[in-house]
Amino acid sequence: MTAPVLEIENLTLALPAMADRPLAIQNLSLSIAPGETLCVVGESGSGKSLTALATIGLLPRAVKPAGGAIRLAGRDLLPLSEREMQDIRGREIGMIFQEPMTSLNPVMRVADQISETFEAHGALDRRGRRERTLELIAEVGLPDPPAIARAYPHELSGGQRQRVMIAMALAMEPKLIIADEPTTALDVTTQAQILKLIDALRKKHGTAVMFITHDFGVVAEIADRVAVLQHGIMVEEGPAAAVLHMPQHDYTKRLLAAVPSLVPPPPKDLSGAPKAFQVKDLSKTYRGRGFFRRGREVKAADHVSFEIGRGETLGLVGESGSGKSTVGRCVMRLIEPDEGQIRIGDLSIRELTQAQFRPQRKRIQMVFQDPFASLNPRRTVGRIIAEGPIAQGVPKREALEKARRLLDLVGLSANAADRYPHEFSGGQRQRVGIARALALEPEVLVADEPVSALDVSVQAQILALMQDLQKRLGLAILFVTHDLRVAAQMCDRIAVMQKGKIVELQPTAKLFENPQHAYTKALLAAVPGGRDVGATLAAAGIEPSG
Amino acid sequence: MLRFLASRLAKGVVVLLAIAVLNFALIRAAPGDPATVMAGEAGAADEVFVQQLRERFGLDRPMVEQLGIYLKGILTLDLGFSYRQGRSVASLVGERLPATLLLTGSAFAISLLLGTALGALAARRAGTWADTAITTAALLFYATPLFWIALMSQILFSLKLGLVPNVGYETIGAGYTGLARVLDILHHLILPALTLGLFFTALYARMMRASMLETAGSDYVRTARAKGVSPSVVTRRHVARNAILPVVTLAGLQAGQIVGGAILTETVFAWPGIGRLMFEALAQRDYQVLLGVFFVSSAMVVLFNLVTDLVYRAVDPRIQVGG
Repeated sequence: MTAPVLEIENLTLALPAMADRPLAIQNLSLSIAPGETLCVVGESGSGKSLTALATIGLLPRAVKPAGGAIRLAGRDLLPLSEREMQDIRGREIGMIFQEPMTSLNPVMRVADQISETFEAHGALDRRGRRERTLELIAEVGLPDPPAIARAYPHELSGGQRQRVMIAMALAMEPKLIIADEPTTALDVTTQAQILKLIDALRKKHGTAVMFITHDFGVVAEIADRVAVLQHGIMVEEGPAAAVLHMPQHDYTKRLLAAVPSLVPPPPKDLSGAPKAFQVKDLSKTYRGRGFFRRGREVKAADHVSFEIGRGETLGLVGESGSGKSTVGRCVMRLIEPDEGQIRIGDLSIRELTQAQFRPQRKRIQMVFQDPFASLNPRRTVGRIIAEGPIAQGVPKREALEKARRLLDLVGLSANAADRYPHEFSGGQRQRVGIARALALEPEVLVADEPVSALDVSVQAQILALMQDLQKRLGLAILFVTHDLRVAAQMCDRIAVMQKGKIVELQPTAKLFENPQHAYTKALLAAVPGGRDVGATLAAAGIEPSG
Repeated sequence: MLRFLASRLAKGVVVLLAIAVLNFALIRAAPGDPATVMAGEAGAADEVFVQQLRERFGLDRPMVEQLGIYLKGILTLDLGFSYRQGRSVASLVGERLPATLLLTGSAFAISLLLGTALGALAARRAGTWADTAITTAALLFYATPLFWIALMSQILFSLKLGLVPNVGYETIGAGYTGLARVLDILHHLILPALTLGLFFTALYARMMRASMLETAGSDYVRTARAKGVSPSVVTRRHVARNAILPVVTLAGLQAGQIVGGAILTETVFAWPGIGRLMFEALAQRDYQVLLGVFFVSSAMVVLFNLVTDLVYRAVDPRIQVGG
């Protein structure tokens, strides 16, 4: 066996005094051989990103190594000075970060940012740098290298920017590449391309890859070996196939069980359910505004039509820019559509003025994506939930009383009403968001990516909660998501959106078995891990709360 | 690019005409009548004389007609005639403009260079005594009224230490010419320019410091460090380069005010600039001069806004042409 490129031995990282636990990482030991991909998997707070930052010597100041060793090709990095680490970064370890949108300097041309890696390590002359930069841009699969080289980051898409990041990480042909959630911010088809690219480059250059992710689908695609982290402790480590199919530790089993399967559960019987919600020919065009000339136009929704029955969930699936969120907002009239009809039950709401619509707003409510930003931080949870009913004329005392009952309904204790949003975790806040939406007893619930900011185990709980509430309250749900796994488990029917149009609308099982449109097929093929990973929510053993 | 410029200039003309109308209306809405002031000063405040004055200067004509005459003058770059001074407004403004530009321009340059440099230094040494000293001084000068600083600096540097002249633009009656005159003016300039520059130096320093610290925590700075770029290059190329953007915006706003002059500073230091011209015209109800000063300052604000936009597009590629 060849000597490992990276060997982490009994690494311990200490957190500052106010943190929720004293150690970020406790006695972590890992090794990666040349040409091998190790996936480090865990939920938020597991310490997986800190492991990566410790390896490249960029830990936040407050986090201090408290023991152990990180050996790169046999040399311990922890005792090295900042100056010595500077020489190793970029030359021997390449790093790819999560956020392609913000990880590149916005005022520097792409070529300058790539060749800066050479410059920092005194490699090549001016001309050589320029040539190598163009070669690298071509190697990571970007079209028209001279044009990309001259471009600024904002002129590139997210996937293209991530390719530039990869080119920078590869520049000095490092022994080790660390990729910290490199595809999390990308669309599923782009993610598939980037994963392929990283894997191809690993094979070609024999680079060792440490791949940080929370996504078991990605693990199934790319990992040779897997290390599972929970609260800073490695609970399981082994070959990818073994960990994915025969997990030993309870935590790994639970995580895997919480990954939604692409195989949908048996369909519900919805025959005879009355129509709760109808949208017909909804269109919305965004226009750039100019003083002397017309701006460009984007058709965000182009004659979108669908209906949802009582107790039914319709999935609205698509990649970023497909128009799915615009549709979600238009049907709420948070954005005014240009044309089309929207009916809640018998009421057509498009013709109403905003003032006439206001008393009817309670019939359609929304659950937002970001549980951190969508709750007013200066109000108690009880007030947040009661605000809607109070605005609709319910006496304050009664509304607050009801808020307590709702908190109980969504699986939080009633005394949560007196606390503030920051005292709750992400999953708990999303429960509050759901309780707020339900406070007005709506007939229709619009959920815009309600679980995409949550860890997989929490995500499963929130999905189970929504299904349970739907059964009890007969809600019609419009479920906007980019995640086909979640859609497979949650939705009765799925509408696939591309460039503002619904290209396919089918019952879920049929869509997954026999997709008709080429775009649907491409989306399904791009889901990492495919059908090998994931379980139905029922199999996850997560009981609907309540 | 040309399209953008043409469009912006056309918008600028519209804005300026609107400003001219507004200025005119505002001044006429204010109480006071130049004819009575003049008559009073002439010691003949009887109705007939006042009426004669009104007729002579066209003040008895309908307001709309007066506005029409004014706007027509502006379109031909004729800013009107000062009845009080017996001279054209354009020549009055033209005479005072160089002194004001010298004063405010120097103050602008000083504050921009010194402010960003001090702010950057404070950010790099965040938490050290240097940072504390700069931040405290910046807060102090930001909070202290300008005229008070002006008076105190006159007392200290001029009257007590005798390092620089107290007031004025040049030594009257010295008859300097050539280089000697330039040096004399510069000698007079030091105190007012520094005093006026202090406030904006403090402002820029605070802004630059905050902006640098924020930029230092951004993802692309982390990326640069992960490439193995040295700390000094990271600071210069990635942090400072991006941190300067909000400062540029603020500087654009300040640049627009350059021509408006600095009434307080010019008054305290007896600096013969636009600011004092405006102050004098105000006291004398000299409508035409006031309108002229207002108009020239507004034109400069519009012009400098355009220049700021151009500079901004040069330093930030994300700003689109014509966008």
